[in-house]
Amino acid sequence: MATRQTQSLARLMRAPAIILLLIWMLVPLAMTLYYSFLNYNLLNPAGTSWAGWFNYSYFYTDPAFFDAVRNTLVLVLGVLTITVVLGTAIAMLIDKPIFGQGIVRILIISPFFVMPPVAALIWKNMIMHPSYGVFADLAKFFGQAPIDWFAQYPLTSIIIIVAWQWLPFATLILLTALQSLDGEQMEAAEMDGAGPVSRFIHLTLPHLSRAMTVVILIQTIFLLGIYAEILVTTNGGPGNASTNLTYLIYRAARLNFDIGGAAAGGIIAVILANFVAIFLMRAVGRNLD
Amino acid sequence: MARAVKTRTRIAYTVAAWVVALIIFFPILYTVITSFKTEQEAIAGFDLIPSLTLESYREVQTQNDYIRPFINSVILAIGSTILALIVAIPAAWAMAFSPTKRTKDILMWMLSTKMMPAVAVLVPIYLIFLRTGLMDTRTGLVIILMLMNLPIVIWMLYTYFREIPGEILEAARMDGANLRDEIVHVLTPMAIPGIASTLLLNVILAWNEAFWTIQLTTTNAAPLSAFIASFSSPQGLFWAKLSAASTMAIAPILIMGWFSQKQLVRGLTFGAVK
Repeated sequence: MATRQTQSLARLMRAPAIILLLIWMLVPLAMTLYYSFLNYNLLNPAGTSWAGWFNYSYFYTDPAFFDAVRNTLVLVLGVLTITVVLGTAIAMLIDKPIFGQGIVRILIISPFFVMPPVAALIWKNMIMHPSYGVFADLAKFFGQAPIDWFAQYPLTSIIIIVAWQWLPFATLILLTALQSLDGEQMEAAEMDGAGPVSRFIHLTLPHLSRAMTVVILIQTIFLLGIYAEILVTTNGGPGNASTNLTYLIYRAARLNFDIGGAAAGGIIAVILANFVAIFLMRAVGRNLD
Repeated sequence: MARAVKTRTRIAYTVAAWVVALIIFFPILYTVITSFKTEQEAIAGFDLIPSLTLESYREVQTQNDYIRPFINSVILAIGSTILALIVAIPAAWAMAFSPTKRTKDILMWMLSTKMMPAVAVLVPIYLIFLRTGLMDTRTGLVIILMLMNLPIVIWMLYTYFREIPGEILEAARMDGANLRDEIVHVLTPMAIPGIASTLLLNVILAWNEAFWTIQLTTTNAAPLSAFIASFSSPQGLFWAKLSAASTMAIAPILIMGWFSQKQLVRGLTFGAVK
């Protein structure tokens, strides 16, 4: 009796969250799907007509689309490589007994809390600016010609900025995982004559693999949606050199007012994100039991 | 002998760690320093000792009406977080304390909504906002930010609530506590730390959100993330001003972030790494 009452109360308590998320997920997505089959431009709403697969086939023939997919992959893989490799190294370093560990941790975690437009503008103006940036000062100091980062290496520049923002996340999670590493096992391996490299490969890496998986999957979800960093630095250019899929869709919707095209791009983005999502859900789901 | 070597290695590690930490922190430090410079000093070249003027802070306020986006940020971050908590606390509570066979599936499904790329629903949300007059209103943005972060909030609360031992409830029931007593005197005190951590992390996430805030605001409802992004348009080199605006935008959240490192790991990995 009491249980049944509790059960229905529980259902009542869950309902608002479930209903809200259901609406949030289904309604806009259904609308996107619908729009993706329309010729619909906000500049000429009267000319709206059924387009069939045109918006999708248009993407398939548009070189900008393939540039955007390639840039998205380069951006995600570049940032992942930098953050996981450096993150592991830094996590291992600050896991050692060092003086002022608390402050070191705080300094390293800080970039994560800087909002994307601020992070990008700081790097654009004060670090990478070709005449007044710190990099230019350094180059001049060593007698080199300063690099015009955003003109010459637009995508690399964005990778550097985004990697700076996400390095703290990777470091912090890998550090958390490292701290649960069995110290006795390490010592035993050391006594048995295992060198630092072999200890790293056979003990540390396997122990970190799970945390690394989580870092890679979660970062990928956020990295697929990189937007503000591109908006305030390169605007996707020069040409399409630093346009990712998110930015391409934004441009179609907001600058070209091409609702149909942007919606088709959105559906493609959902399909891409789903590949990653499936893996992440498995990793998290396994931990739920 | 062994001890001396140990201290020496420790110092070597310490130096290495501090060098790495300072390099990573440098862009933030340099921004804070630049915010206290005059515009001429700001572009004069690398210099870590400013003249300590508050001129840039004053100008950001008088020329750009800085206080408006700041207030918008506060309202959006706190408003969306409180709304999310109101919906999420009962849901997480029910799933933690009266789990059914489907609870796990529901949680996974909620998580999956977080994986939907924002840009995929840009078109419909943008059109809905245009047609309903929600464009550039705080109300509209509070709703979007709330929905966006709701899955993380529910998940975090769920992992915290699940750690509250069920035996305590049984013991309270044995002592004759009714449902109201259970909630007010037993569960609430134990749940508060988890709720506080969730609140903290969610305020940080909402404060730093920069996709929807830029898409759905122009001036009235624009929070700091959208306001600062507008500094990218070429209006000359006002680095000291940019630095002052940036410093004020990140300082509160940076300090909150320092206090929430542990919760960050937990919240952003959905409890997969603790």
